[in-house]
Amino acid sequence: MPYKTLKDLPLEEYFGPGHRLCQGCGAGIIARLVTKVAGANTIIVNATGCVEVSTTFYPDTAWGVPYIHVAFENSAAAASGIRAAYNAMVRKGIVDKNPNVIVLAGDGGTADIGMQALSGALERGDHILYICYDNEAYMNTGIQRSGATPYGAWTTTSPPGKLSPGQKTTKKDLIGIAVSHGIKYAATATVAYLLDAANKIEKALNTPGATFMHFLSPCTPGWRIDTANSIKVSRLAVQTALWPLYEVVDGEYITTVKVPKRLPVIEYLKAQGRFRHLVNKPEEVAKIQAYADKLAEKFGYGPISP
Amino acid sequence: MKTILLSGNTALSYAVKQLDVDVISAYPITPQTTMVEKLSEYVANGELNAEFIPVESEHSALSSVLAASAAGARVFTSTSSQGLLLMHEIMFITAGLRLPVVMGIADRAVSAPINIWNDHSDIMAQRDTGWISFFAESAQESYDRTIQAYRIAEDENVHLPVNLNFDGFILTHTYEPVTPIEDELVLKYAPKKRRKLVLDPNNPMTFGGLGSPEYYFEAKYQAIKALENSLKTIIGADKEYAKISGRGYGLYNAYMTEDSDTILVSLGSIGGSIREIVRRMRRNGSKVGSLSLKLFRPFPAKELAEVLSKTKSIVVLDKASSPGAIGGPLFLEIQATLKSFDLNVPVIDIIAGLGGREIGPDDIRLMFNRGLKVASEKKVDRLLDYVGVYL
Repeated sequence: MPYKTLKDLPLEEYFGPGHRLCQGCGAGIIARLVTKVAGANTIIVNATGCVEVSTTFYPDTAWGVPYIHVAFENSAAAASGIRAAYNAMVRKGIVDKNPNVIVLAGDGGTADIGMQALSGALERGDHILYICYDNEAYMNTGIQRSGATPYGAWTTTSPPGKLSPGQKTTKKDLIGIAVSHGIKYAATATVAYLLDAANKIEKALNTPGATFMHFLSPCTPGWRIDTANSIKVSRLAVQTALWPLYEVVDGEYITTVKVPKRLPVIEYLKAQGRFRHLVNKPEEVAKIQAYADKLAEKFGYGPISP
Repeated sequence: MKTILLSGNTALSYAVKQLDVDVISAYPITPQTTMVEKLSEYVANGELNAEFIPVESEHSALSSVLAASAAGARVFTSTSSQGLLLMHEIMFITAGLRLPVVMGIADRAVSAPINIWNDHSDIMAQRDTGWISFFAESAQESYDRTIQAYRIAEDENVHLPVNLNFDGFILTHTYEPVTPIEDELVLKYAPKKRRKLVLDPNNPMTFGGLGSPEYYFEAKYQAIKALENSLKTIIGADKEYAKISGRGYGLYNAYMTEDSDTILVSLGSIGGSIREIVRRMRRNGSKVGSLSLKLFRPFPAKELAEVLSKTKSIVVLDKASSPGAIGGPLFLEIQATLKSFDLNVPVIDIIAGLGGREIGPDDIRLMFNRGLKVASEKKVDRLLDYVGVYL
């Protein structure tokens, strides 16, 4: 564990201030942390989405490392191409160093439209780190549901109504999907636990082959939370076991942040406007609580403390 | 060098090997498969020092070579038909990012009904993606143009992707004698240079950023102008290539057009058959000629206008359609060319050969006779017709 305290994090910045992301945006924090840990010898591949439109508004760029955005669904394939290019060019003596190649893509670009290209890259084992910043909906286009939107959440295309609780399905298990490709390292992370995340990024970059990280990334307008509360809500996701922090090393699941005393999911739900319509519906809350209980059991999180 | 027996597919692969390409990424589709099989073989046995990415789709094939090119590598991909349609989105981006990607296209019909045989529907649907588009008539020409393609694409004044069209099965699978040029000569003619604008941690740059209304138009305009201006580089590259190989192709092959009553305009492998019919019909006194185009984008309108100005009627042979339009894609270009250069030559369109329907000698004679009729009557009865379809 190279990062024990925040002071251990590199001082260098490769993700500049002045980007156009919202105050309190999780993705900006992730981009900054990822580039800090990865360092200068890094190439970023970014899928279409909030981060792309907010950090590359010509003639400005927030990126201090090489960056490319190609399209929405193909960032894993683009990353494979860059890795292949550097492999060949190093072998032929055209360049001397092989850089880190890191994908940053949202949940739409990963769980939905980018799933095929991601599966291809993971199956081939191309040496790239794929990071999904999951804000649980298509936030860039104005909060539409994705395959990673949690059960019950309001979005503009999963509106609660007489016949609907909001989002009717549960999140795709992206880590499960990634691990099923036989990759050597996969991990969850979130912005409230920066050191846990930094150590995982470091570990992923030092693991040969394809690696995958799934970041829960609060979105203040999409989750209907105050801009000051994104870290707090991200922490509640972990403490309620809705977002357990773990890594999968060679197929073995290891919990990295232990929660001996869990909070009930209602604490997480009532902190966000996107769940406002169901916090007073005990049967809906119970469904979400049951989902969290399962995760708690799987990852060894403790009982709910009153 | 010694003459060897190669198909269109293996001729392209052979050129790609000699060009010392760094990254190849492709997905199998009939009739392109033997090309990527050969390339995988070259990589596997060390004849070509490259990375071969066996991607999960054509969309990823083009995406990965695009990004590899942005990283500074020399790249190649190839596809056909549905695969080309799947690449459509990324074709615009390749041209927009001004990346010198080279792609072989084994031209094939498009579903539905599903059909694996040749026509030009696949490439015509990519007409406006901003790529340079060549058409070949033989395996030798496919080989030669591949080598030219890298010199053109990577030229500082061009910096655009190039696609090489060669008819599915007719060229991809027919073995012909091909005389390659020496390996060293290939790399001397199309040398590998490290480009300045690449994804390089020593010189960080942002690629593919957002172009707002204040900037988008300028970026597009530059790419459009680069494609227009590439004509000069294309002509120059062909002339230089002729010097080292003894073979040049120009922008078109005009055969017996000078004193003709009618010219049949075509793209791709059918050119040779048409010239044979010209020879036969000429023996019987019919003044017919053939104009086989080698370059579809940029469209060499001015150069073609010169040839077309010397005849009395024109028949365009389209192996693709533009449903609902007044004619096929090639016809529309030719008609616009005539109008733009104030040429008052009557022109008709024939759509034929869709989905691999054979275009036989009698079909070509029929096309010429239509043209001769237009020339003698000085009027067009039917602007568009279909030959070879059973009604």
